[in-house]
Amino acid sequence: MSATTGHKPVDHAAAAAAFVADTPHLAFHDKRLWELRQKRDGQMHGIPEWQELRDLASAIKEHTLSRLPEYLEQFEAQAQANGVRVHWARDADEHNATVLRILREHNAKTLAKSKSMLTEECEMAPFLERHGITITETDLGERIQQLDGQPPSHIVVPAVHKLRADVARVFARTIGGDPDNSDPNALAEHARMTTRPLMLDADAGMTGANFLVAETGAVVVCTNEGNADLSANLPRVHIVSAGVEKLIPRQADLGVFIRLLSRSALGSPITQYTSHFRGPRDGAEMHIILVDNGRSKRLGQEDFWTSLKCIRCGACMNTCPVYRRSGGLSYGAVYSGPIGAIINPAYDPARYAALPFASTLNGSCTNVCPVRINIHDQLYKWRRLIAEGGFLPRKKVFGLRVMGVVLASPTLYRLATASARMAVRVLPRALLYSRLNAWGRDREVPVAPKESFAAWAARHRPAKK
Amino acid sequence: MSAREDILAALRTARPPGEHPLPALPTFPGVEGDLLAAFQVSLAVMGGQWVSLPEGEALGAFIRARVGDGPLIRSATDELPDFPRVDAVNRPRDLENVDVAVVRARFGVAETGSVFLSDHELRVNTIAYLAQHLIVLLDPVAILPGIADAYRRLDFAEARYVSLMTGPSATADIEGVMIRGAQGVRSLTVVFAPIG
Repeated sequence: MSATTGHKPVDHAAAAAAFVADTPHLAFHDKRLWELRQKRDGQMHGIPEWQELRDLASAIKEHTLSRLPEYLEQFEAQAQANGVRVHWARDADEHNATVLRILREHNAKTLAKSKSMLTEECEMAPFLERHGITITETDLGERIQQLDGQPPSHIVVPAVHKLRADVARVFARTIGGDPDNSDPNALAEHARMTTRPLMLDADAGMTGANFLVAETGAVVVCTNEGNADLSANLPRVHIVSAGVEKLIPRQADLGVFIRLLSRSALGSPITQYTSHFRGPRDGAEMHIILVDNGRSKRLGQEDFWTSLKCIRCGACMNTCPVYRRSGGLSYGAVYSGPIGAIINPAYDPARYAALPFASTLNGSCTNVCPVRINIHDQLYKWRRLIAEGGFLPRKKVFGLRVMGVVLASPTLYRLATASARMAVRVLPRALLYSRLNAWGRDREVPVAPKESFAAWAARHRPAKK
Repeated sequence: MSAREDILAALRTARPPGEHPLPALPTFPGVEGDLLAAFQVSLAVMGGQWVSLPEGEALGAFIRARVGDGPLIRSATDELPDFPRVDAVNRPRDLENVDVAVVRARFGVAETGSVFLSDHELRVNTIAYLAQHLIVLLDPVAILPGIADAYRRLDFAEARYVSLMTGPSATADIEGVMIRGAQGVRSLTVVFAPIG
């Protein structure tokens, strides 16, 4: 998602239709993500102060965002005092160029990296590959996606849209292995045996950051597989890519965020590894690249700046009925699901005009968000901006305009509902379930009652004395 | 202007309106009572194992008996002078063939079953990941109730590298099937042993 425009608008509904048509994948995807949501609920119920922790997390993040320049300067000073080299990047291009410069300083040809949504956002991998760098994604889900030539479909579980047989086929095609052995244990073991040597030999390592602590200069990375700690601790160079919104003021604030993060994400009490990088090892180098790439612009948007509170747990995705039934790739963007639907339009409202409409506005995303982002309110506000900006497809503009006129007039409304009731009862199926009626697609239109509620109520209202 | 100045200026211009005070952090009740028992339950949830050093038994003999003579062992603690040490290698990657590593954690956290290991305890950070199996010595009296208690300690700010480790490396990236032993250690066993 470099800020290039001119891309074709994402057609979320069409992409989702392809996903929905594949019943086994859809069924698993829906079930697996709902399972994560339920595990999250289980963790929440074990923490009496859960709602208070969400209040605190939200307040700490809002405070930090309101003082971001000060905290960034404090963080930079601390990190430099710890022997870390701090770089700044206005956009994706500057970020990628900085990474390449550091790699070239060390004559590095291979890079082992752990999961980082920011590097996806910057489209770093294709850039570095064009310059002769070989990149190994070391998180299992991310590795599967890399080998398959696909972006991650979920920010926490990147290959959640794939079934085990898909993984076996991807491995057989790329890193060898039996395409017919889809035992997850065997597949994970194969990934371990083929990825570890690449980490051992890597010239440089890269991680993202979950939190940057201004007070201590620490970079906090939360992972489960041990790949991030190996990528950072094996090579002589460790590069950290971090968005400027990752700051938190105090070390003690981690006592709020770490308690919320993995519980919200995977429904586990904590990640297997919660690692804190403050300075390079003896004889090694540590670099941190602080990236803006549209964040300062979003900070200035009164209705949307709080989306920068996001700690990338994915809880909003797991709970969203639209996400669970359409798959992350259907969003055609780096960030998918409800959070993606409010982040992506800030970069390119024309391209991502469809995404804020990929929601029922049920508010579940807002209810599970550990930092209390009002996601569904922002979805609604984006819809308005997209309509006002003229980014809506023509069919939708016409429909909404008609609806606006009808809903504004009681007479027209009564006329319209009466004819709709009649239409559902008397129209032939061929017409009712035609391309003209989106509501008749994939579902049976309910049987229409003979009379409206208003008419029913009028008949049953006790006669006034 | 430099990227740094540009970004800071843009963020200053974009400063959100209104007051957003930094909240004080309250202390929540958290885990009470038997911290050791709570730690054991939490560790098991995260896939870790635990065992207590029997009273009067020597630590070295106890570990030898558990591991056997075959596997390559490396120790990062001075408590085991008879074991080969982790820092006898030149490069972090030279530990790739280690079967079992023994380290001493500074403290544990009952809420999650985590152990605190910094570059000071590990000596070579990669030992905790490259070894196939990790044995973590933990003094049963050095267990804090909660994660928030851990983050009030200065230990984090004094180390260049700290990991709160909770069980072995794990992945559920293929159909949600939990697999212990992803890229790091395949097992993590906490041995409750008072500091000798």
